[in-house]
Amino acid sequence: MAYIELRNVSKSFGTGKDRTQVLSNINLEIEEGEFVAIVGFTGSGKTTLINLISGLLMPDEGQVLFKGERVTGPSHERGVIFQNYSLLPWLNVRNNVGMAVKEAFRKMSKKDRNKRVEDYVEMVNLSPAIGKLPKELSGGMRQRVSVTRALSMSPDMILMDEPLSALDALTRGNLQQEILNIWNKDKKTALLITNDVDEGILMADRIIPLKPGPKATLGPEYKVNLARPRDKAALNHNEDYKLLRNGIMEYLIQIGEQRASKKDSNHVLPDIKPIVKIPPFRRISFN
Amino acid sequence: MKDRSIHILNFVGLGFFEPAIRLAAGEETKKNLIALFKKVLLPVLAVGLFLILWHAGSSYLYNVEKDFKIETARIASGNSGVTTELERIETGESSINSLPSPVAVLGAFKTLLADHKEINLKKEAFALKVAPLNEKNLEFNRVNADKIKEGIAAKKKPIKYTGRPSFVDQIFTSLKTVFAGFFLALFLAVPIGVVLGLSSTLRSSFNWLIQIFKPVSPVVWFLLVYMIVKTFTLEYDGDVSFIISFIAVGLCAMWATLVNTTLGVSTVDKDYINVAKVLNLGVGQKVFKIILPSSFPLIFTGLRITVSVAWMVLIAIELLSQSPGLGTFVWEEFQNGANDSNAKIIAAMFVIGGIGFLLDKLMFTVQKFVTFTEEATT
Repeated sequence: MAYIELRNVSKSFGTGKDRTQVLSNINLEIEEGEFVAIVGFTGSGKTTLINLISGLLMPDEGQVLFKGERVTGPSHERGVIFQNYSLLPWLNVRNNVGMAVKEAFRKMSKKDRNKRVEDYVEMVNLSPAIGKLPKELSGGMRQRVSVTRALSMSPDMILMDEPLSALDALTRGNLQQEILNIWNKDKKTALLITNDVDEGILMADRIIPLKPGPKATLGPEYKVNLARPRDKAALNHNEDYKLLRNGIMEYLIQIGEQRASKKDSNHVLPDIKPIVKIPPFRRISFN
Repeated sequence: MKDRSIHILNFVGLGFFEPAIRLAAGEETKKNLIALFKKVLLPVLAVGLFLILWHAGSSYLYNVEKDFKIETARIASGNSGVTTELERIETGESSINSLPSPVAVLGAFKTLLADHKEINLKKEAFALKVAPLNEKNLEFNRVNADKIKEGIAAKKKPIKYTGRPSFVDQIFTSLKTVFAGFFLALFLAVPIGVVLGLSSTLRSSFNWLIQIFKPVSPVVWFLLVYMIVKTFTLEYDGDVSFIISFIAVGLCAMWATLVNTTLGVSTVDKDYINVAKVLNLGVGQKVFKIILPSSFPLIFTGLRITVSVAWMVLIAIELLSQSPGLGTFVWEEFQNGANDSNAKIIAAMFVIGGIGFLLDKLMFTVQKFVTFTEEATT
């Protein structure tokens, strides 16, 4: 039996004429201890998908099953790391993490709880900043706190909603490694949502592209059979990595163009030519 | 030291001293001179212009009245009448009650302070005089404690000074009333606002009532409170007018806080609510750790408005309730119609304005202490 299972899940937003189906017929199975990455365009319904799994949203049709039971609401068992950190700006690092620990371990003594908070903050190397407010931290440090907050409740599963997409490339690389190191310790089931194919390949066991919405569905899955621990620099010369990366990229570009051509067909463009001397260039962006 | 004092000044909203301090420290002379000109010199010039206009206006009005009086005297009893009328105006026997000049107002202000000193002296003398009597009364109460309990003997009260209160006393009475009213508003509006903000059902249930009561004028609130409190205080021989006025002030001023609290609580950032849900926070934790802190900025904006409104309506309400504060002072001076009454009223007006300004700054500082800022403000 799969650890988490989505059966024919659909989700719509809005009412009447404005009703749009964001996710349609999603089927997904994740085994215990597996690290799955879902890659997709912005606005393709990735966050909706993770909210359905975390229990913040309920599906209109279909079922979300966690350890064989229906998900009826958020729970400590599934820790969520949000894209925008969602730290409480009026609490310092200790209290932001402490609040989670307090709720997850109600019976624990205050001393043990404090110890736990400090251990987890230590794990992401933020001990010197434990008394600081979120506004005094950099983006990378904030996301570390957010990671700590999710992990300190010792969830059975970690859900990450584009956790690193707001960070600069260097910080991003460091944090990818840090999250991987933490994950390596107890290999908890993890679901990563990202718009970065490289990040997915570096971190996950399996990559599933999400076709862009409305009516987003999951595309064909790609297994990542690269040995762990993976080194980002070394990966760049690995043939398997290149093959896999190109495969996923090609698929994404293909569905991206489908979406673009679908959109364009609705517009009648005026028959004029731009007076631009610089040759036009195409850019592929997933952000 | 310098940066610290600048920080403190900015914190309490007196940032316009900053360029002066920086200039004294010899920093960026040109930039700070311009800043000083903008922040200090121009406001001072504006005040000066205002004083000049005021002075010109008051002397014009004075002359109009004076000419009218002389003209009336000439018609009544010819040139001899004019001379006597001029003499009477000179001695103040025939008073000209128009807009007082700035100098007259300053004079009235000094008179009021001198009067305060005089009354204080009287109070001290009175206290000395009644001290033995009061002691005797206390002794009586102690000896006859049992009888008082049984209702045989009446408890003797200490003798209090019942003379006319001074202007400064009246300021403090007004401040007492406004703070009592403010705390009433705080303890009514914030809890109700939180409850209404949390429940959309309750919010829509009470929406109509709130919309109707919100714009009711202070005078009507006073009458309404009077109708109710009068019945409850039939046998109470304390300061009923104070009770009525502070309740009326509180009820008048609480609406800004109520509406802002409701708004703040009902529009907490969805991210924070999601955090509360994902962490499975209990109701108490959710309210005190997430909802209240995130609505503090709006609640305090409401409280600031409440303080200003409370101070503004206080004068009108005191005037009606005869509670011995600034409102009563203004009204009594107006009824009094002495030579310097108008000047005293204007002096009171500036004191009222100044205190209102200080109260707002006080709230502003408190607000800065308790509310968060999302991003660093450097």
